[in-house]
Amino acid sequence: MKTHSRRSFLKASALSGGGFMLGISFLSNFKSFGNEPIANLPLGFNELNGFVKITADNVIKIMSPNPEGGQGVKTSMPMIVAEELDVDFSKIIIEQADLDTKHFTRQFIGGSQAIHLSWQPLRLAGATARQMLREAAAKQWNVPVDEISTQSGVLYHKNSGKSANYGDMATAAAQIPVPKEVKLKSIPDFKIIGKSQGNVDLAKIVTGKPLFGIDTQVKGMQIAMIVHPPAFGLKFKSIQNEVAVSKMKGIKAIFPIKIFNEDYEKTFFDTTTFNEVVAIVGNSTWEVMQAKKALKVTWQPIESYTQNRNMLGRKIVEKIPAGLEDTIEHKAKLAERITQPATVRRKDGDVETAFKIATKIIERTFNAPFLAHNCMEPMNFFAHVTDEKAELSGPLQKPEFTEQALSARLGMPLEKIDIKMTRLGGGFGRRSYAHWLIEAALISQKVKAPVKLLYTREDDMTAGIYRSTYSAYFRAALDADNNLIAFHVKAGGTPESPLYPNRFPAGAVDHYLAEDFTIDSNITVGSYRAPRSNFMAAAEQSFLDEVAEAAGKDPIDFRLALLNRAKEKPVGKNNEYEPERFAKVLELVKEKAHWESIKMTKKLGFSAYFCHDSYAAHILDLEVKDGTPVINKVWCAIDCGIVINPDAAKNMAEGGIVDALGAALYGKMTFTKGVPDANNFHNYRMIRHNEAPKQIEVHFVKNTLDPSGMGEPAYPPVYAALANALYKATGKRFYNQPFSDNL
Amino acid sequence: MAKYSLKINGKTQLIDVDPSTPILWVLRDHLNMPGTKFGCGMAMCGACTVHLDGTAVRSCSLPVSAVGKQAITTIEGLSANGTHPVQKAWLEHDVAQCGYCQAGQIMSAAALLKDNPNPSDEDIDNYMSGNICRCGTYLRIKEAIKAAAKK
Repeated sequence: MKTHSRRSFLKASALSGGGFMLGISFLSNFKSFGNEPIANLPLGFNELNGFVKITADNVIKIMSPNPEGGQGVKTSMPMIVAEELDVDFSKIIIEQADLDTKHFTRQFIGGSQAIHLSWQPLRLAGATARQMLREAAAKQWNVPVDEISTQSGVLYHKNSGKSANYGDMATAAAQIPVPKEVKLKSIPDFKIIGKSQGNVDLAKIVTGKPLFGIDTQVKGMQIAMIVHPPAFGLKFKSIQNEVAVSKMKGIKAIFPIKIFNEDYEKTFFDTTTFNEVVAIVGNSTWEVMQAKKALKVTWQPIESYTQNRNMLGRKIVEKIPAGLEDTIEHKAKLAERITQPATVRRKDGDVETAFKIATKIIERTFNAPFLAHNCMEPMNFFAHVTDEKAELSGPLQKPEFTEQALSARLGMPLEKIDIKMTRLGGGFGRRSYAHWLIEAALISQKVKAPVKLLYTREDDMTAGIYRSTYSAYFRAALDADNNLIAFHVKAGGTPESPLYPNRFPAGAVDHYLAEDFTIDSNITVGSYRAPRSNFMAAAEQSFLDEVAEAAGKDPIDFRLALLNRAKEKPVGKNNEYEPERFAKVLELVKEKAHWESIKMTKKLGFSAYFCHDSYAAHILDLEVKDGTPVINKVWCAIDCGIVINPDAAKNMAEGGIVDALGAALYGKMTFTKGVPDANNFHNYRMIRHNEAPKQIEVHFVKNTLDPSGMGEPAYPPVYAALANALYKATGKRFYNQPFSDNL
Repeated sequence: MAKYSLKINGKTQLIDVDPSTPILWVLRDHLNMPGTKFGCGMAMCGACTVHLDGTAVRSCSLPVSAVGKQAITTIEGLSANGTHPVQKAWLEHDVAQCGYCQAGQIMSAAALLKDNPNPSDEDIDNYMSGNICRCGTYLRIKEAIKAAAKK
C-alpha cells in the first residue's frame, strides 16, 4: 500500500439529520488543458464539495462531478471512489453534481481528461472517507484503529466480533479530523476498478425517462428559437414582418439579442458565429417553428474586424475577414499556402542537407474539409433569469467557463447564477461553446419567464463552430538502405493549425522539421473529437504507409524500427510520447489480428497514433464491392493505463471507430457564398448501421499505470487505417477527405 | 386549432392543437412525454420513432390530423417497467453511450422483431439504417437485437 498525504483538498462535515459528507477539490491535481497552461484558477478551494455522502440510515451517495455526454464518467468516476471507500457499487446512489465552482474544479468534458486528472483525488476521497469511518468505529469500540477492517460498506472488529455498517458510524465520522495520510489500495486488491459496470443511467435511457436538457419542462415555460444569418459574413440589420408574425398563433415575442457586449474580452470557449440574432418566443415548439419559417429578416454584410481573446491566459488577436466565403476559394488558398514557407515549430538536425543526399524523396499533400459535429440532441438550454438570480439547466461541456461568460453578460455575480447539468445527447466538442446558453438567458430576461431555447437541426448544423478545414504536406527522405533520414511536415488550416510538432515521428528521425500556418476566415471553428489529432493522424499515418512501401518494408515493422530508434537514441527534446508504450500497442494489434498470416491475402490497413496520453493502433480489413467499402473487421489495441470500466471503455473504442469511419468516408461541410451547403441529415451524410464494420475487436494493454484518455484516442488513427486498406483494395491512395468522394 | 382524441400507450388523450402539429411535439410539448426525441424534423435520423398500430413511424413527420383511431406506442409505453425483450437486451449489452438516439433505436428494433422475429444481420442493417447514432453504437445495437430475438 502506498501512503498519500491529503494536502489541502479534503474536508469533512456533518450532515443535518446525521451522517457525513466528505468533499474534495481537484485543484491539487489540476494540470492543464490541451497545451495551454491554465491561468487564473477560479478559487482557493479550501472548502468541501459534496463528494461522498453517508447518511445515518446508511444511504451512500457519490456525486459525479463531471457532465456526462456518453463517455461514461458518471459510472466510472464513482467506481473509483467506491473502490477505495470499499462499498458495494450496486448499492450506492450516484448523482450528477450541479455546477459548483466553489467546490469543484475542472468540472467539464474535454480532452479525454476526466479520469486522467481525477484518478488520484477520487481514490483519496474514497480512502479518506473509509479511514474516518474506521477511526470513528475504533473510538466507539475503544480498540486500535488498525484492528478495524471493512468489507462492502461494513466495519468489523475481528477480536470483539463487533460490526457496524457505514451509516451507523457516519455521524461520528463527521467529528473525526480529516486524516493527514491515508493508505490507498494496492492495485491487485481492486474489486470494482477493472470489472465492467453497466451505465448507471441506462435503465432510464431505455424507458424514455427525462434525462436530457431538451426534456426540461417547467410550469409556465415558453419555447424560444433563434433566427440567425443564413450565411457566414452576414449580420443582422432589421426585421421586416415582425408585426404580422407576432400575430401568429401562440407567438409571444420577437426581438433581436446581442450575445456578447462589444467591450467583452472573449475567452477560449466564447466562440460565437453570429453575435446578433433574432429570438422568437411562443407557447409551443411547433408554433414557434412556423413563426420562424414565416419571419423575414434583412441581413447585411459584415465588415472585417479584429477581436482580442484571452485563450486560457494567452492573449491573442483574432482577425475576422469580411466576405461570403466559398469552399473553392478555401481549397485554392490552402493549396497555394501549403507550398510556401511557414512558421517553424521544431527543427532537429540539418533537414535540407539530408534531402539533398537522399536516395529517395517522397512528397505528398493531404486535405480535409470542415466537419459539423451533429450531436444527436440539437443545441438547447433552459433559462429562468430574474432581477435576483439566473437559473439555468441543460447540456454543456464547460459549465464553469460558460458561467463566467454569462456572469459578465448579465452583470450578475457568479453566486446568483445556478447552472444544472443534464445528460448531454452528444458533445464531441460542440457543447464547449455555449453561446446558446447566453442566448437562452437573454431571452428569458427579456420575456421575464422561464424559457427553453431549442435549435432546429438546421440551426445546429448551419450556425458554425465546425472542425477546421486542413492541409498537410509531408516530405520524407530515404537513404540507399531505405532508412528514413529526414522528415518534414508542414500543416495548416482555415482558420486553425492542426500541427503537433513533438509527436511521432519526431524523436525518431535525425533530421526533422515541423512548420505550420493559418488562414483567416469568418467560418467559426472549435474543438471536434480529438481536436487536430483527428486530421494529423489521418495524414501522417497515411503518409508513413506510403513511405514504408517506398522503403520496401512492412508498415508495422517500419514504425516499430522508428519507435525503437526513439527509445534507444531519441532525437531532440519534448517528444510527447513514450516509444516503448507506443510500440506495445503496435505489437499487440499485430499479434491479435495475426497480421503476418493474413496480410498477403486480405486488404488490410494499419495505423497508430498517440494522443491524450494514450496509445491506439488499428488494423482494418475491408473489401470494395461495387465501389462501396465493406468493412469486415477492425482490430484495435489501446494503452490507456489502468482500465476503470472495461466494457464501457470497449464501447468507447467501438464507437470512436464507427464515428471516425463515418467522418472519413462521408463527412464534409462545404460553403457557397458563405451559405453552408448541408443543413440536415438528407444532405450531410452520417454513417449508418449497414455501413459500420461487421466486427470490432478491442484489446487493452495490461499495465498498472495511471489511467489516461479513453474518449478520444481510438478515433484519430481510424482514418488512415481506412485509407491504407482502401489503397490495398483499389490501388489508389486517398489524400482527400471524405474518401467516398474519390471512390 | 382542432380537438383530437388520441390513443397513446393504451390511454385516451384529449388535445387541442393545430392539425399540422407533428405527433412528436404533441407528445413532448402537450403531453409531457419527452421519451420520444427530436433529432432532425424530417424523418432522416429516426430519433423520434414511435409505433402506429405496431408499425415504426417517424413522429416528427406525422401530423396529428393523420393519426385518426390508430394506436400510438411510445418508448414510455413499450413495456410496463422496461421489461420488453429489446429493452432488456439493451441493458445486457450496455448499448448506450450518450443515449439520446436509443429510444428511437429501441422502437425501431421492437417493430423489426415484431415483423421479423429472427432477422439476419442484413435484415437488421436494412431495417435499422434509418436510425442514426453519432456515438457509433451500431455493433452493440445489432448484438442486442439478435439477443432480443432469442428471448
